[in-house]
Amino acid sequence: MNAPRDSVVLAPAISHKLGDWLFFNLTRAFAAFTLVVLAGIIISLLISSWPALQKFGFSFLWTREWNPPVEQFGALIPIYGTITTSLIALIIAVPVSFGIALFLTELSPVWLRRPLGIAIELLAAVPSIVYGMWGLMVFVPIFAQYVQPALSATVGRLPLIGRLFAGAPLGIGILAAGIILAIMIIPFIASVMRDVFEVTPAMLKESAYGLGSTTWEVVWNIVLPYTRVGVIGGIMLGLGRALGETMAVTFVIGNSSSLSSISLYTPGNSITSTLANEFGEATPGIYTASLIELGLILFLITFVVLVFSRLLLLRLAKQEGTKT
Amino acid sequence: MRLLHQRQLINKVALTLSMAAMAFGLFWLVWILVTTLQFGVAGLSLDLFTKMTPPPNSADGGLANAIAGSLLLVGLATALGAPIGVLAGVYLAEYGRDTWLGRCTRFINSILLSAPSIVIGLFVYAIYVEHMGNFSAFSGVIALALIVVPVVLATTENMLRLVPDSLREAAFALGAPKRIVIMKVALKASMAGVITGILLAVARIAGETAPLLFTALSNQFWSLDLNKPIANLPMTIFKFAMSPFKDWQELAWAGVFLITLGVLGLNITARILFRARHKL
Repeated sequence: MNAPRDSVVLAPAISHKLGDWLFFNLTRAFAAFTLVVLAGIIISLLISSWPALQKFGFSFLWTREWNPPVEQFGALIPIYGTITTSLIALIIAVPVSFGIALFLTELSPVWLRRPLGIAIELLAAVPSIVYGMWGLMVFVPIFAQYVQPALSATVGRLPLIGRLFAGAPLGIGILAAGIILAIMIIPFIASVMRDVFEVTPAMLKESAYGLGSTTWEVVWNIVLPYTRVGVIGGIMLGLGRALGETMAVTFVIGNSSSLSSISLYTPGNSITSTLANEFGEATPGIYTASLIELGLILFLITFVVLVFSRLLLLRLAKQEGTKT
Repeated sequence: MRLLHQRQLINKVALTLSMAAMAFGLFWLVWILVTTLQFGVAGLSLDLFTKMTPPPNSADGGLANAIAGSLLLVGLATALGAPIGVLAGVYLAEYGRDTWLGRCTRFINSILLSAPSIVIGLFVYAIYVEHMGNFSAFSGVIALALIVVPVVLATTENMLRLVPDSLREAAFALGAPKRIVIMKVALKASMAGVITGILLAVARIAGETAPLLFTALSNQFWSLDLNKPIANLPMTIFKFAMSPFKDWQELAWAGVFLITLGVLGLNITARILFRARHKL
């Protein structure tokens, strides 16, 4: 007697339970998918670069020669190019981003903050190939004609540092790539810095202003120490971008796998530009495996930098959580 | 008094430098936009949308196959990646806020969000192209979809977290099972935000070149076959811009203009959409 009524009541409950279970596991599977992708990237690159790993071992990292015809490969020059261009980018981008973040949080009239913030974020959205083409066609000629001679005539005359700014002003080269990268990462670093600066409690800042501090003193002595961890996290995030950037660098670095002097004017190669230029022509076997090993090295470097950056940003968020 | 003057001087210098930094940042944006506009508009014509990419040194040609290829790649990659991102985001916000899997995924996702896109291309090359033996449009779709997922995942999670729990509790109290609460209440309430995330993801992949180098490659002819290399705007721009032919360079500028217009347009649309939702 009761059976039909029970089944009527229970049926939707059971199907709800089943549906909920299915939905839960579906979403969980896709969340786990992210982890699978990360593991997959590392494992598949390891497998594909295995011939090169086996043949060259660790000496791949400091071997200078990159000579496809005789199948001799070393990553020193691409690694040098990647690190040098990224460092140049950071040296330029960090102070500028700090200035922008300071302007947006402390100086700008309130009605101007939003539009200016959006403008900076749009700069971050411009695809890197646009920077690359613009860099090659517009920036490099001007850079070679006016900026490089001027640099040689001034900084180039200093002892030691001068050697970095010596040589023929070709335009394209490591310095040009570094500058284009700087323009690209300024918006990333600036918007993270702005966001972390805004985390500083107004009470702290107002207390400092109340004691008669100038705006600069408040930023330098209150805001910056309070948000230090986040600021470093933002810089690391920018560094991660710079290390892995492909198109902007490939257009302007000059693509030369021999490096004749330490001058920043000389054309070079980064890991990404080597991959972009040579992968299409590479013969299967040790050549392709060496290129994929370059990709693996790049991924591991950026991975470490990005993990460091996220951990720092998370620490700031946590510290913020406990204080309020 | 001297100390005060000194402090005020330092302050003035610092603030002036800060303004200069702001001007420096805007200067590049304006310069890049102006040149793109200047060269891009010069290259605009109806041929751009109706003719195929030309052989070297021929004045007659457009970008029709590249535009169609790009639309196809971006469309399919979004269709493939966005649902994965949304569902994974649902897990993080609704089920896995404090679980081990949730925390891991959130962290790893934030890393993948800024991982070099060229490595994603290599990954797809290693797992797909190498085994299939040829470059194909479909491998390009996979690579781009892998870039869509982290972007959509992160925004979906953030948007769902903005939905107040009282709304969910109200739905539960009416007897709705959890999946209905999520689909019809929480996701619906954050729809504008989720769409914003998808638009930003589209903008992100529309200009991506590096992952296509080892996957979709390029094609001089019209092709919509997913198993063959496909023409697309970024690769065409790369090839044409690096070439010595003037006609090709002009086409590259036109392509850059189209991409910049599309990407900035999407970004601005996403912002307007998001703002309209959050003023309510």
